[in-house]
Amino acid sequence: MQTTDPGNPHVPLFNDPAKRSLIYQTGVSIGVTLLAYYLVTNTLDNLERQAIATGFGFLEKESSFEIGESLIAYSAADSYARALVVGVLNTLKVSFVGIVLTVFLGTFIGIARLSTNWLVSRLSAVYIEVFQDIPILLQLFFWYAFFYEMLPAPRQALNPVAGLFLCNRGLIFGVPAAHPVWSWMGGAFLLACAAIYLLRWWAFRRLFNTGRTFPLFWTGLGLLLGLPLLVWILGGAPTAMDVPVLRGFNFQGGVSVSPEFAALLFGLVLYTAAFVAEIVRAGIQSVDRGQPEAAKSIGLKPGLVLSLVILPQALRVIIPPLTSQLLNLTKNSSLAVAIGYPDFVSVANTTINQTGQAIEGVALIMAVYLCLSLLTSAFMNWYNKKMALVER
Amino acid sequence: MTIHANDNRSREMKPPVASEGVVGWIRKNLFDGWFNSILTLVVLALLVDVVPPFVRWALIDSHWLPSGAGCQEGPGACWSVITGNLRFILFGFYPHDLHWRPLLAMIILVALLFYSRNRKHWHKALLWSWVTGMVLMGILLRGGVLGLAVVESAQWGGLPLTLLLAVFGLTGAYPLGVLLALGRASRMRAVKTLCIVYIEMIRGVPLISLLFMSSVVFPLFLPEGVTVNKILRAQAAIILFTAAYIAEVVRGGLQAISRGQYEAAESLGLNYYLTMRLIVLPQALKIVIPPSVSILISAFKDTSLVVIIALYDLLKTTKTALSDPKWMGFSAEAYIFLALIYFFCCYFMSNYSRRMERELDRNL
Repeated sequence: MQTTDPGNPHVPLFNDPAKRSLIYQTGVSIGVTLLAYYLVTNTLDNLERQAIATGFGFLEKESSFEIGESLIAYSAADSYARALVVGVLNTLKVSFVGIVLTVFLGTFIGIARLSTNWLVSRLSAVYIEVFQDIPILLQLFFWYAFFYEMLPAPRQALNPVAGLFLCNRGLIFGVPAAHPVWSWMGGAFLLACAAIYLLRWWAFRRLFNTGRTFPLFWTGLGLLLGLPLLVWILGGAPTAMDVPVLRGFNFQGGVSVSPEFAALLFGLVLYTAAFVAEIVRAGIQSVDRGQPEAAKSIGLKPGLVLSLVILPQALRVIIPPLTSQLLNLTKNSSLAVAIGYPDFVSVANTTINQTGQAIEGVALIMAVYLCLSLLTSAFMNWYNKKMALVER
Repeated sequence: MTIHANDNRSREMKPPVASEGVVGWIRKNLFDGWFNSILTLVVLALLVDVVPPFVRWALIDSHWLPSGAGCQEGPGACWSVITGNLRFILFGFYPHDLHWRPLLAMIILVALLFYSRNRKHWHKALLWSWVTGMVLMGILLRGGVLGLAVVESAQWGGLPLTLLLAVFGLTGAYPLGVLLALGRASRMRAVKTLCIVYIEMIRGVPLISLLFMSSVVFPLFLPEGVTVNKILRAQAAIILFTAAYIAEVVRGGLQAISRGQYEAAESLGLNYYLTMRLIVLPQALKIVIPPSVSILISAFKDTSLVVIIALYDLLKTTKTALSDPKWMGFSAEAYIFLALIYFFCCYFMSNYSRRMERELDRNL
């Protein structure tokens, strides 16, 4: 910032950059404060005149509306606060599943776009262009209509694979029957992940110290599959399945996914994956052609070329835009309100309609999404920093 | 002489048949190695499985008559849902015999867009023709002067409303976005903080929360007796939302301008306003044309969200038409028609943005 010459007191006030900037800033601050004051007083007047309650006291009152699906126990007798928590959990559920599927599908299509196979590459290009250019809400409506109108009733349910049924009650599939072994296997899987992490650390240290490589991929795969398998065999190898059966008008047993959730998930994943595919394609293309050639010429195997040379450089380009796409997915999940999936916005909207406390409701919506955005970008920034170029 | 002989021989020796022409192309692009061959076959099998039944459903077995005759019996697509409701889907509740007015407004808009595609046409005159065009569109829609009957904005709907929200949204958001970007790049602490808070907050929340705000909270902000109509409120929400995204794009452009440009401007004695107006913004805004077009595309797609606050845009009129028991069950056809409209608009814009990107690449 420029400073004034203290020796010259005759600079007019407005020609002194420092003072001028101070005047501007004070002006802007006063303007914003006045605007805020005006809006707040208007609002308070209106609230008083229309006898609308203020404050968050309504959160503890009984909500008296049902929610279609919930991860925690909930009934109409519970409070608004609990209803809103149910909404947040539903938002998180669809976002989490959506993000995982989107990353896989997007990467797959992005790589297919670069395929030397003309047909595959063209088809992915068409997919990317078509799904990017149709509004997400229209796609959601389409999938919703697909589940409710185009799919048959449970009696004529489509059965593409044994144990999986598609009908206008949603997606119903068989799962292994409850058995303590399954949770033990989950534990074994986590253990394997931890072991791989340690192994990787050790293998890299050995590589840098002695130059000897370690077959990390195959050992890792073996651990990941072998450890749970061992637990399964030790646990008596249960094979009983909980298969959905048609009883009366609906299916019993198995796990069912509601049409609303399925439509929302389909729409979000197919839409966002088109954007992610473009990002992945651009990321891979950004790696200089000389890099893999150089890596091959010093004798690295194709797998190592990918994992040590191409991916680290491509990820650096991919991660920042990927983060914003995944955030977009989370924000777009708020469109659930249009197709009746009880996500946070949908529950908050019902709350607003019942209590009339619009300001608090909208403020809650904004606060929750801001927190989600900030958390996600904090995590991605941390990851990005980890992957970033280490310059000497 | 020897060189000449060599030349002759190379001219005579043609490459093998299998590596040129159609056969060569197919070999190279579809059956290059066993993996690609399998991939091609699998994809072809899938296409054969999907495409002919779809063509059969959409074209051969389909029904087109506006009366919807035969829709309930046949297995084919019922495009009658479109032909029977076309005017309602496109124009909503706009008075039936005045439909020529929104139609003319849309033609003006499309003509302006087409004319503005060419960068050689970008002069002051174009700016004025846009201003005139927009005023003209407003007059055509609203009426009230020149003997045109007044049509209240509550009756506006369909495609004109979608285009209106998108075009006016971007026109309103651009100056605001540039101001926010300049504010964010400013050295004045208070201004900078305000702009950062605004941009990050808007970008962190979904558009739908702003639309809710415009429909339920905004009326509470106004003094007693003052009301603002619903379309204008939604338009304001879209402008405030889009401006934050434009600000980020413009910020990218500002950062791409080298320090030397500012210093040169300063050494010429230009003040802040003139520096920005004559030196920095012309360069920065030129760089960000392609990403701005992407923002226009997403603004265009995002206008469909006004369905949620019950404005009759293209999507809402379609849903209304579908709620008639007569057309129950033909959502797929209606949505495919809408998807085609949106697709062609967006495809046109994104193609344009790509072409512009190439052109600017060459120029810079």
